[in-house]
Amino acid sequence: MSAVYSLIIVLALVLVAVVGAGGGGLHALFGVVIPYVAFVVFLAGFIYRVINWAKSPVPFRIPTTAGQQESLKWIKQNKLDNPSTTWGVIGRMVLEILFFRSLFRNTKMQLKVNGGPSLSYGSSKFLWVGAIVFHYCFFIILLRHGRFFTDPVPGCIEWLDKLDSILQIGVPNIYITEFLIVGALLYLFLRRVCDSKLRYISLPADYFPLFLIMAIVITGILMRYFIRTDIVAAKDLIMGLVTLHPKVPETLGTIFYVHVFLVSILMAYFPWSKLMHAGGIFLSPTRNLANNNRMKRHINPWNYPVKLHTYEEWEDEFRDVLKEAGIPVEKE
Amino acid sequence: MYDKDKIIPGLIIFFFLITFPLWYNLGQAAYESPKPKLPVNVKKCIEDTEWMRANHMELLNEWRDMVVRHDMTHYVNSAGVNYEISLQKTCMKCHTSKKEFCDKCHVKVSVSPYCWDCHVAPEEVTNGQ
Repeated sequence: MSAVYSLIIVLALVLVAVVGAGGGGLHALFGVVIPYVAFVVFLAGFIYRVINWAKSPVPFRIPTTAGQQESLKWIKQNKLDNPSTTWGVIGRMVLEILFFRSLFRNTKMQLKVNGGPSLSYGSSKFLWVGAIVFHYCFFIILLRHGRFFTDPVPGCIEWLDKLDSILQIGVPNIYITEFLIVGALLYLFLRRVCDSKLRYISLPADYFPLFLIMAIVITGILMRYFIRTDIVAAKDLIMGLVTLHPKVPETLGTIFYVHVFLVSILMAYFPWSKLMHAGGIFLSPTRNLANNNRMKRHINPWNYPVKLHTYEEWEDEFRDVLKEAGIPVEKE
Repeated sequence: MYDKDKIIPGLIIFFFLITFPLWYNLGQAAYESPKPKLPVNVKKCIEDTEWMRANHMELLNEWRDMVVRHDMTHYVNSAGVNYEISLQKTCMKCHTSKKEFCDKCHVKVSVSPYCWDCHVAPEEVTNGQ
C-alpha cells in the first residue's frame, strides 16, 4: 500500500504541473516562482538540518569497526577500518562516501533446512551495485545539467557530456547514464517489493523518493527524445533564473514545466527526508571518529560542574551528633 | 554547537558548490539567446520552423540512413515538395555557414553533433578555414 500511495502522490504532482503549466498557462509560477522557493527551501533546510545535528553532543567514540584496533606492536592494526588517527579517519570517510564501503560489506543470512538446519551468512553485493550505479549516475546527470546553468559552458561539463554520450547512438546521442539510472532505480524498487521482509519495513517515505526520481528521469528522457521542447528556450529560462533576471520564454512545452516542477518538489522535499543522508554521512559518529579511546581522554560533553559534598565536610556538619552516638570520627 | 571548526567550513563549501551557477555567471555579460543567422533570400525551410527547431537532428539522422543504407536520395516534405537529400547541397545551400548558423545554438547548449566528422561546411571551406 505504501508504494501505491507514493505512486498516487507522484502522479498527482505530475498532474498538477500538467494542469497548471499546460492547461492553466501559469508559466511564471512553474518556471520561476516554484523553482526559486524550492531552491531556498533546499538550501536553508539543508543547513538547518546539519546545524541541528551539530547541536547534539557526540558522547563517546563509538568503535563499531570491522577491523583490528590499534593494540600491541606485534598485532597488525587495520588502519582503514579501525583508524586511530585523523588521516585514517579521512581514509575511512573517503571510502565510505565515494565507494559505499559499509554497504559493500552487506551480508545476507540464509537458513537451510534440508538435512538439519544450518545458518549461513553470505556476501550480498547487489544492493551495493544498485546503490553505486544509481548515485554515480545521478551525480553525473546533475553535473551534466550544468550546460544549462552556465555560459560559456565549462570545458569539464562539455567533456563529461561527450563521455556520457560516447556510444553515439541515435540523435540526440543516447546517454549511458540514462539506461543505467533507470535500471538501478528499477532494481532499488523491485528489491523492496520482491523481498517480503523488506516490503514489510518499507514506508511511503522509502517509495516516494524512488518514484519521484523515476518520474524526473522519465520526463527528462521524454523531453530529450520523444516530446521535444525548445532547449534554447530552456536555457534562456534557466539562465534567467541563475542570473537573477528571470524571464519566461513562450515556446517551452508543458513537459519542461513538469520536469522542473518535479525537480522543485525533490529539492524542497530533500532536507526533510531520508535523502538527507547526503549531509548526514559526513556526520556519522561511527565513521568519522577515530578509535582512540585508549590513547586520549574524552570528557563527556554534557558534564556540568557538580556541587561536591566531601566526607570531611559531612563529618564537620555532623561531628557533634556522631560523637554523641559514639561513632569514630577522623578529626577530633 | 559542537565541532564548529569542521562543520562551518563544510557548510560553506556546500553552499558555494550548490550555488555554483549563481556565482559562475556573475561578472559576465548578461546572457543572450543565440541568434543564428537566417538565410536572406529564402523564407521557408523544408518543414516549418518550429518543427525543424525541435526535430532537425532526427530528420538528418533519417536522411543519413535513407541515403547510406537504403539508397533513397530524395525526400518529400509534408507539403509534397521534393528535395535532394544532402546536407551540403540542400541544407547548406541556404544556411551557408556552419559557424553562423549551426554552431550558434549548438555551442550555447554544448551540443557537438558528429556531422562534421565526415562532412565539410561549404562556406568555411571557401574561406579557407
